Amino acid sequence: MTTLDASRALTPQAYMQGLSRWQPIEIIFWLATLLPFWLFPTYLSLASQIAITALFALSLDLILGYAGIVSLGHAAFFGFGAYSAGIFSKFAWSEPISGLIAAALLTGLLGYASSFIISRFRHLTLIMITLGLGLLLKEAANSAHWLTGGSDGLQGVSIAPVFGLFKFDLYGRTAYGYSLGVLFIVFLFARRLINSPFGLALRGIRENFVRMPAIGADSRAHIRKVYTISAIVAGIAGALLAQTTQTVALEVLSFERSADVVVMLVLGGAGRLYGGLIGAAVYMIARDQFSGIAPQYWYFWIGALLVMVVTLLPNGILGGLSKLLKRWSRR
Amino acid sequence: MLPPVFGVLFDGIAYGMLLFLLSVGMSVTLGLMNFVNLAHCAFAMFGAYVTVVLMKDFHWNFFATLPMAFAASALVSVVIERILYRRLYRATDLDQVLLTIGLAFMSVAIAAWFFGTTQQPIAVPSYMRGSIGFLGLNLGIYRLFLVAVGIAVTVLLVLTLEHTRFGAQVRAAVDNQRMARGIGIDVDRTFAITFALGSGLAGLGGALAIEIVGLDPQFALVYLVYVLIIVSVGGLGSIAGSFAAACLIGVSDIAGKYYVPQLGSFLIYLVMVAVLMWRPAGLFGRR
Amino acid sequence: MSAVALSARGLQKSFGSLAVARDINIDLPVGARYALIGPNGAGKTTLINLMTGLLTPNAGQITLGGEDVTALRPQARVKRGLARTFQINTLFAGLNPLEAVTLAVCERRGIADRFWQNIAGNKDAIEEAYGILARLKLGDACYQTTRELPYGRQRLLEIALALATKPKVLLLDEPAAGVPVEESGEIFEVVASLSDELTLLFIEHDMHVVFRFATHIIVLVGGAIFTQGSPAEIAADPGVREVYLGTRKHG
Repeated sequence: MTTLDASRALTPQAYMQGLSRWQPIEIIFWLATLLPFWLFPTYLSLASQIAITALFALSLDLILGYAGIVSLGHAAFFGFGAYSAGIFSKFAWSEPISGLIAAALLTGLLGYASSFIISRFRHLTLIMITLGLGLLLKEAANSAHWLTGGSDGLQGVSIAPVFGLFKFDLYGRTAYGYSLGVLFIVFLFARRLINSPFGLALRGIRENFVRMPAIGADSRAHIRKVYTISAIVAGIAGALLAQTTQTVALEVLSFERSADVVVMLVLGGAGRLYGGLIGAAVYMIARDQFSGIAPQYWYFWIGALLVMVVTLLPNGILGGLSKLLKRWSRR
Repeated sequence: MLPPVFGVLFDGIAYGMLLFLLSVGMSVTLGLMNFVNLAHCAFAMFGAYVTVVLMKDFHWNFFATLPMAFAASALVSVVIERILYRRLYRATDLDQVLLTIGLAFMSVAIAAWFFGTTQQPIAVPSYMRGSIGFLGLNLGIYRLFLVAVGIAVTVLLVLTLEHTRFGAQVRAAVDNQRMARGIGIDVDRTFAITFALGSGLAGLGGALAIEIVGLDPQFALVYLVYVLIIVSVGGLGSIAGSFAAACLIGVSDIAGKYYVPQLGSFLIYLVMVAVLMWRPAGLFGRR
Repeated sequence: MSAVALSARGLQKSFGSLAVARDINIDLPVGARYALIGPNGAGKTTLINLMTGLLTPNAGQITLGGEDVTALRPQARVKRGLARTFQINTLFAGLNPLEAVTLAVCERRGIADRFWQNIAGNKDAIEEAYGILARLKLGDACYQTTRELPYGRQRLLEIALALATKPKVLLLDEPAAGVPVEESGEIFEVVASLSDELTLLFIEHDMHVVFRFATHIIVLVGGAIFTQGSPAEIAADPGVREVYLGTRKHG
């Protein structure tokens, strides 16, 4: 968001260019993600979990934050990616990067197939359909015990060293480096997508679904495309979890995971690219800090937080911050 | 002599009656205000805990607690409607989902705080236990009672809706809210009353459900899924739709668990997705 | 007789027992400036919705440049050159005019699904969008978020979005609705300055505006065409006076 006075002198193209330019704060953010290697070497497993969850939140941001599609079943793709990567390592080979790509492609197929269902619906029915498809997949994974291990989880996943060099160690050094690297690459892709003509079309869908056909846009085709992309990204996140923890639990498909990621994204600020990343970090660190309290009380605070965000902070942490900044710069 | 499939059908319908009581309120409020209330089953759970407390700590008779479960849920819901929901009628789906799921999460934690996470057993009167034989089937007495309550509530609701002034106002508001406001119907008041009534029925359903499905703090989330399925399968704002969908889902669930237990709840999700693919607005939905 | 740009044949539409379009036949010649008038509830907006595909007629046929488009979805009709504006602002509230019009231009050029390209790389599209905005005197407002624009400018943006689709036929649903009388002239000056090749149909209540800008007037009453003709014929028609001009003017 450039301020008006600064942009007035710009040519339209330079203005558009400015919107996608890297800000210093972004570079600082990404440099800061390297700090845990030196500052918190004992927390690298957590850092790796955060990077994976952030990637998951980013995938949801593409559909929820940009195209306005509320999903309560996004864990379906996360879980499908996790099982794909886990099963791939068991039955094909254990090289991680090819496994990651295989999982991404498989999840993409699932996403593409379900996008034909998703794009037909809006509002409550859409929420229900996403929820239903998510639960359906979880039940399917639960009953396919021979393949997934059912509620016992998928055992015997073993992953070869990354590039044949970096073994997955107990401290999570490789896990964090690997997850962070993948997160960064996918983020670059998402950032380009947001600043593309397609990204503009998605914002158009979010801002006014009714107007889109009147400017000749086929919103359903756009929604199918972004949903497939989002599924692939979620699948990559799930695959990372399977590879770095070398196991897959049925929980990866749970409703709680779907709900959690919505909470994180909204907490951070949807439709802001970094919102999901910030939200995931805050959420995961808070849960780690409060791990002493029983999970049911944890959800009390999550609930209270949601009520507060909706009533007091409609655009999440980043939205609140940018408002503060605007107010401050006006002085 | 009837084959055992009728027994499964009967159990399914009895279960469907419970689901109907739990979901009909949400269906009507959604049809009226387009408000997605994911905390609906928290009100049902509240009613159930009212029954538990009255029976355990005050030694009330089970039947005497039922009106209290209804009234308490209705009262609490209307307070929350006034304080929180009212501000969000024009908000986005997402905001409504977030606020109400937040409340549902809180209700789970609060219930766990007061009552622990264990199941709350209650003792229904002994004459409600057992079963009677009918053409070779064993029909549970409590389940017969549930079917009777379900049908009575349906008839009462339909009569209220079709033959009272208030019912006419509700129908007008569901049909076309702008026009209803135009002809001087106080839609907000109509909504508040409907909302309280719906939550009260959910509270009643919650109390009646304890004997069949038990009660623990997860109730607010587990049955939310069922309620959402029924509402979307039946179609928003339709009592007949909720009734049909509740029977369909109840029978599917019981039959699925009886005949193909390894599939778990797979069947009801499949039914839901199939129905919505066929009719996106639900069985009785118009929009 | 000049070529027909858009025509409707025997259009019928009813909601339940309420007929909102009864046997409507319209021919818009290329380059026409037609006005569609009629009392509130006459079915004017419904007619536009039928022609653009937002509503499906129960019977009848719509042809655009000789091609039957009755079965086409709204976006496909836009692609073939049929655009519209809305009576109630239907804009992208969170985008600025430059983004919104660039989006419409990208959609028309078929590049709106390119997720791998930086939008700033599409210099032509951005400049075309800016050109349209500048033509409608929105150039200085093009970086301001739409929802913060003054109402009159939002009305102009409605037209800009429609123009970005490069229409052959443009249906304007009360382009100056809600704009104070002194400013509505400005909007119609813009409308009048549009290319002669563009075929126009507009709904308008202000009779001064209608008589000034229209070459032909269609009077719609109760979902049916009551009469049509040149402004002079309509002004002289006692029947029109009775059903429309005689009644109080609507906003």
